[in-house]
Amino acid sequence: MNGFSLRRLLAVIRKELRQLRRDRLTYAMIVGIPLMQLLLFGYAINMDVRHLPAAVVDQARSSASRELAEQLLQSRVFEFDEVLASPAAADRLLQQGTIKAAAIIPPDLEERLPDPDRKVFQLVVDGSDQVVQQAARQIGQFPVRSLMRGDASASSDDASAVEIVSYYNPQREAPLNTVPGLIGVILTMTMVMFTAIALVREREQGNLEFLITTPLSSAELTIGKVLPFIGIGLVQTTLVLILGAWVFQVPVRGSLLELYAAALVFIIASLALGIFISTLVTTQFQAMQAAIFTFLPQILLSGFIFPFEGMPTPAQWLAEVLPLTHFVRLVRGIMLRGAGLVDLWPELLALVVFATLAMLVATLRVHKRLD
Amino acid sequence: MATEPAAIVTHGLTRRFGSLTAVDHLDLEVPRSRVYGFLGPNGCGKSTTIRMLCGLLLPTEGDIRVLDLEIPRQAETLKRRIGYMTQSFSLYRDLSVTENLQFVANLFGLDRARTRRRLDELVQTYRLESLTAQLAGTLSGGQKQRLALAAAVLNEPELLFLDEPTSAVDPQSRRDFWAELFRLTEAGTTLLVSTHYMDEAERCHQLAILQEGRLMREGSPEQLKADLGALPLLVETDRPHAAELALADLPGVLSSAQIGATLRVLVDAEDTREPVTDRLRTQGIEARVSTTDPNLEDVFVAATQGGHRT
Repeated sequence: MNGFSLRRLLAVIRKELRQLRRDRLTYAMIVGIPLMQLLLFGYAINMDVRHLPAAVVDQARSSASRELAEQLLQSRVFEFDEVLASPAAADRLLQQGTIKAAAIIPPDLEERLPDPDRKVFQLVVDGSDQVVQQAARQIGQFPVRSLMRGDASASSDDASAVEIVSYYNPQREAPLNTVPGLIGVILTMTMVMFTAIALVREREQGNLEFLITTPLSSAELTIGKVLPFIGIGLVQTTLVLILGAWVFQVPVRGSLLELYAAALVFIIASLALGIFISTLVTTQFQAMQAAIFTFLPQILLSGFIFPFEGMPTPAQWLAEVLPLTHFVRLVRGIMLRGAGLVDLWPELLALVVFATLAMLVATLRVHKRLD
Repeated sequence: MATEPAAIVTHGLTRRFGSLTAVDHLDLEVPRSRVYGFLGPNGCGKSTTIRMLCGLLLPTEGDIRVLDLEIPRQAETLKRRIGYMTQSFSLYRDLSVTENLQFVANLFGLDRARTRRRLDELVQTYRLESLTAQLAGTLSGGQKQRLALAAAVLNEPELLFLDEPTSAVDPQSRRDFWAELFRLTEAGTTLLVSTHYMDEAERCHQLAILQEGRLMREGSPEQLKADLGALPLLVETDRPHAAELALADLPGVLSSAQIGATLRVLVDAEDTREPVTDRLRTQGIEARVSTTDPNLEDVFVAATQGGHRT
C-alpha cells in the first residue's frame, strides 16, 4: 500500500522489546534455558560412567580368587566392594537395583586360568540399564589372564576371558530400556502442564470471579479439576504399556497392579507440581513456560536418557529431588527386573514424600478469598 | 411488611489496603425489592464494598448484615441466597448455554427434576430457547448478558449483585435487560447495581454516590436532582471551548462540559449566573446563557466536586 517503512518496523521492534522486558518469565527463559542446558549438558551429563555399584561372589575362596577380586577393584568402572556368598544373593541385589553387576568367580578358578578355551569368570549385569551394558563391555576387555600372570601387557588369551551375562535384556533391545522410562516422561509432560494450564484458565478467563460467589469451595474446585487428570494419566500409562508390548515386545515382568500403584503416586506427585505452578502464574502461557522449566531438568537428570552414575554428586542430589528420577527406577525395576514395590521401597517412599509435600504446599497456596 | 429488615445494613464499614483506605466508614441501608445503585468513578470503593458484602473480602472495621445474616461469619450460608453477575462474562465460553446452566445448577445443589424445571423457565424468560445448544463463546453481547443473568438468578436469589451489568451491550439490549431486572424486583428480589454510567444509575430506585470510599449522597434519582444544591446552566455559543477556558477559574463554577455545540456549566448558586454572563462578555465570547433541568451527571459532579472543595 505505502511501501515498507523502516520507522514502522522499528516501532514494532521497540514495542516488542518493551513488552518482553516486562514479561519476567519469558525474560527468565531467554537467559535461564541456555544457562540450564549448558550447565546440564556440559557439566552434569557424562556418558562415561564410573563407580557403578557391583558385587563379587567368590566361590573359589582361594588366594587366586582373592587376587582376582583385588584386580577387579582396580577397574574403576564398577565398584566391586560388596562380597557375597552365593549367586542367588547377587541375583536378589540386582533385582532390587542395589547393585548393577556381579562378578561370579567359579570354584574351579585355578583350572580355568591357564585354559584359553574356557572363561575365567562370569560378569552378570543389569541389562535394564543401557549404561550398565556399555560399561560391562569395558570389563569384557579386562586382561584377566595377563594380570593374574603378572604380565604388564595384555596377550591374546585375554580376549575371551570374561563371560558377560546380561540379565533382563539379553538381546540388548533399545525399546526395553526406553519404553518403561517413557511412561514417566509422558506423564510428566502432560500431567504438570495440563493441570497448571487448566487451573490457570479459570482465573485468566474470569470464571473464578463468578465461582467464588457460589457455594463452591476451593477444595471442591481444585480436586474436581485435578481428578479427571488422574484418569487421563492412567489411560496414558495403559496406552504406552499396550503399544510397548504390542509393537516392541516390552514385557511387564513384575506385578501390573504394583506398576499402576507406582504410576498413580507419580501422577499425584506431578499433579501437585502442576497445582503449585498454577498458583505462581497468571496466564496459561506462563503456566506452560513454568511447566517446561520443571520438565527439562527432569528429563535430563532422571537417568532416562543420560546415566545417573555419570553425573557429579551435586547433580545427583538435584536428581534425587526430582520425582521422575524415582519413577524411572521404579518402572524399570518392576517392568524389566520383575522387582516388587517391597524391593524398591526407598524409591516409592521418595515419591510419596514428594507428592505429599507438593500437595501440602499447593493446597496452602490455593486461596479462595481474593485478599 | 414494614417490619421486614433491610436487605443490607452496614455500620462504619471500612477496608484498608496498607495505607490506602478503599472504603471509609460506610453506613448503608438497602431496602428490599428495590434496585439500589452504587454510583461512582473507578476506584471509589464500589467493588471492594460489594466483595465485603458477599463475604469474599474481610472488612478492616465495621458491621455487616446481609439478608439478616452476620457477614463474614455466615458468608457460606449467604452464598446460597445471593446471585452475582460479574462485569465481564464469567461463564464458560467452550460450554453450551444448557451446559453452563446445568453446571451452575449443580453448584447450588439443585436436584435433577428441579434443574430441568428451572432451566426451562430461565431459557424461556431470557429468550435463549433457540440458543440452548450454542457455545456461550459464540453468543452476541446481548445474548451473553441474558445468559449471565439467567445463571446469576438460577438459585432464585433474594439478593442479586450486578457489576456494571450493561456496559458491554447495545441500547436496545440495555432497555430489554433493565426490563428483566425490574421484573425481578417485582418478584421480590433486591438488586444492587454498581455502575459509573449515568443512564444505568438513572434507572435505579435508589442511589448511593460514592467517592474515595465515602458515601457522598443518597436518595432516589429524582430526589437527588431536586436537592442538587447547584444550578446547571446551558451556554449556547459558536466557541464552546473558548467559553469553557474563560469560565474555568471563575469562582462558583463547579464544572463545565461541552455537549455538541453547547456548554453545560454547573454553578453553585443562582448568584453565579451574572458573573458567568459578564465573564463571557468581557472575553468577547458571544453566548446565550439559560438555566436547564438538572440531570444525574450534575448531581454526581456536585456531590464529588463538593467533596473536594470543602
